[in-house]
Amino acid sequence: MDIDVHKIARLARIRLTDDEATTLGPQLVSIIGYVESLQAVDTENVPTTAHPHDIFMPLRDDTVTNSDNREALQASAPALDSGLYTVPKVIE
Amino acid sequence: MSWEVVIGLEVHAQVNTNTKAFCGCSTTFGATPNTQTCPVCLGMPGQLPVLNREVARKVALTGMAIEGNINALSKFDRKNYFYPDLPKGYQITQLFLPIVQKGLVHIQDKHGNEKSVRIHQIHIEEDAGKSMHENSEFVSHIDLNRSGIPLMEIVSEPDMYSADEAVAYLKSLHQLLKFLNTSNADMEKGQFRCDANVSVRRKGEPLGTRAEIKNINSFRFVKQAIEYETQRQIELIEDGGTVVQETRLWDSVKNESRSMRGKEEAHDYRYFPEPDLPPLKLSDEELAEIRASMPELPHQMHTRFVSDYGLSHYDAEVLSTSRDLAAYYEALVQAHPKDPKQAANWLANELLARLKEINTEIADSPVSASDLASLLARISDNTISGKIAKDVLDDMLKSGDAVDAIIERKGLKQITDSSAIDDMIQGVMDANPAQLEQYRGGKDRLFGFFVGQVMKVTKGKANPKMVNQRLKEMLKG
Repeated sequence: MDIDVHKIARLARIRLTDDEATTLGPQLVSIIGYVESLQAVDTENVPTTAHPHDIFMPLRDDTVTNSDNREALQASAPALDSGLYTVPKVIE
Repeated sequence: MSWEVVIGLEVHAQVNTNTKAFCGCSTTFGATPNTQTCPVCLGMPGQLPVLNREVARKVALTGMAIEGNINALSKFDRKNYFYPDLPKGYQITQLFLPIVQKGLVHIQDKHGNEKSVRIHQIHIEEDAGKSMHENSEFVSHIDLNRSGIPLMEIVSEPDMYSADEAVAYLKSLHQLLKFLNTSNADMEKGQFRCDANVSVRRKGEPLGTRAEIKNINSFRFVKQAIEYETQRQIELIEDGGTVVQETRLWDSVKNESRSMRGKEEAHDYRYFPEPDLPPLKLSDEELAEIRASMPELPHQMHTRFVSDYGLSHYDAEVLSTSRDLAAYYEALVQAHPKDPKQAANWLANELLARLKEINTEIADSPVSASDLASLLARISDNTISGKIAKDVLDDMLKSGDAVDAIIERKGLKQITDSSAIDDMIQGVMDANPAQLEQYRGGKDRLFGFFVGQVMKVTKGKANPKMVNQRLKEMLKG
């Protein structure tokens, strides 16, 4: 099993030093190895466990319960411009 | 050997609810930026989503309408990626067990034959916010009012073989969602968006490599984008190249697509089950209730219009385009049951054309169904001719006056007094002795000339049937 630790870190937006990558690489490999041994079990006729608790989703009525609270919600935003959040320019 | 294009479509339709998918924020379009948000749709730590019941019901209803399998138990998953308009860093969606699997959307191919496009699945997901890049050179602006708006993604199988079929499918789906009232599907508001998977192959060969074209937001652009992509792939292969699987962005200004190469890594979404949401279960009673709420669907309405009102397939098709139009037609026929075909003509040909000119939807027509019915009644009782009635309709749209008031005001009442008509015919005959002689000498074609002259004298108000009849008799001499 070979994994690209740097790629995974990039996808998760985590910065790794080479030392950290050297440590984490084998650890991730062993975790995946553990999952692979789980996947080897024949579960063909076992019903799926969708959630660790035996519950179903509560549903909400389609009624507006939130009102404009922009000022308070934006209080912690690092950068704003006329009520819009601003971020370093992203272009596709 | 000739080339064949194979198309599969993914449609994102906004489920028309009052509130967002997982929180009680309003979905009102066009609100002041960031005023319809809360800690849940802003992705603040520790907040938990709770699904809107209407979303589950409306997506299930859509699934039933396309004869899909409704999973009474469905599950939610996280699709992980980083983008500034996605505050949580993941989108809640349904990958492994969606609420609807399979189904069919019926369309007509280019030869007018019925065909079905298979639906792979419909799943529930949430929308991202809106990024604006054009206001500043240095920053992008983010409005999160759209974050968490409920969407249903409708994924078709690769069952379409031309750009026209793809458009026919989209139109059929668009109409269906509006009939069901599960989406307003307003394309200009981004409530019905389409991505196309396009590949080409030589006829009879296995599927080629596909490219996904994103960002096509009108029926016209879908056609252009697919035709462009088909040509691009054919030329590429004929020049000895190969199509690479990639995402391309449609540029409707330049009329071309461009590769989003280098973004491949961003497509490693690392899906996993959404731990914040237990499975969605719809009870048998709830499913039965949803099924019972199914309205009459476009194709059923079409069939009924043909059988109940004797309409042509074409007229039935036009009038069942939308619920509003069909409702208008039925109100019209109820108010003027005498001639449903005539009613269809006047609605589809006369009123709709005039409304189009003033950019008005049928629901906002200044001439109501009962107004139009009273106009038709005045044609039926010979008060005015069909030709004059068109002028009256113009006046109704402009002035808002009632039919009888306009007829009175303009003195349009049809002349049905036979002695008055005889006098006018005599006058025309006296004024055109040469033509009269030629007609009597066997030049039958001049009949039309005399009809025209009489109508001119009467300003079109003489009853055409009576004019024809009396002219024939009097011209004989």
